[in-house]
Amino acid sequence: MKIKEIKAILNASFLCGEDKQEADCMAGCGCDLMSDVLAFPKERMCLLTGLTNAHVIRTSEMLDVVCVVFVRGKQPPQDALELARELGLAVLSTDCTLYEACGKLYAHGLPGKNEAV
Amino acid sequence: MSELLYREVYPVEKDDFVRAGEASAKIKRVLKQLGVDSDKIRHASVVAYECEINLIIHSLGGTMCLEVSPAEIVITSNDRGPGIKDISLAMKEGWSTASDSIREMGFGAGMGLPNMKRHSDSFTIESAPGGTTIVMRINIA
Repeated sequence: MKIKEIKAILNASFLCGEDKQEADCMAGCGCDLMSDVLAFPKERMCLLTGLTNAHVIRTSEMLDVVCVVFVRGKQPPQDALELARELGLAVLSTDCTLYEACGKLYAHGLPGKNEAV
Repeated sequence: MSELLYREVYPVEKDDFVRAGEASAKIKRVLKQLGVDSDKIRHASVVAYECEINLIIHSLGGTMCLEVSPAEIVITSNDRGPGIKDISLAMKEGWSTASDSIREMGFGAGMGLPNMKRHSDSFTIESAPGGTTIVMRINIA
């Protein structure tokens, strides 16, 4: 699923990385505990989270996450966004809750880690 | 270990959450530059990052050492600190002594040591009052 499709499905807006619209995500992961994200990474993941600190971006860097979506309209602090820009990471913000956002993307065909190819 | 291609020691300070992840990011960059397979890099990055966060949260400071040979990546964590009283309990997923403030940052899920082991091909840990040493190896040959 392309980042631009994720943006449209979640009615989200770009916080940075708009140039990555055409990049493909192969799996989704919804989580606020970064250690759980680190436990079972998949390639080219989209990470959905309500946690907004720089550790989300660092965790994404470690796992080569393609796109981070902050849910419930949350805005990350400036240091987190600056790091994301530096790393060339696409970051979106949506008003959906974590549950709604994950459900919508799953219903549109973005698999979870157990189903991703 | 066969012929060493790279060795570097990265200091990690207690409670330094602002710079958390910088050492692991450097390790990841080095592995990329050395042309290591991307899947192996991801495993090594998780090992390094969990290790770095653990040092920041639980130790009084320490180091992570990266050694790369054609056969393997070795990450060794050495810290000064109280040591781990019950290693088998600390290795259990979900068990953590981290404070609420650490959990609010998204850590302290009790997955640090299990994640380090999960992403390593070999994992050894020795702990005593005064410090802990963990050696994690990832085969790349």
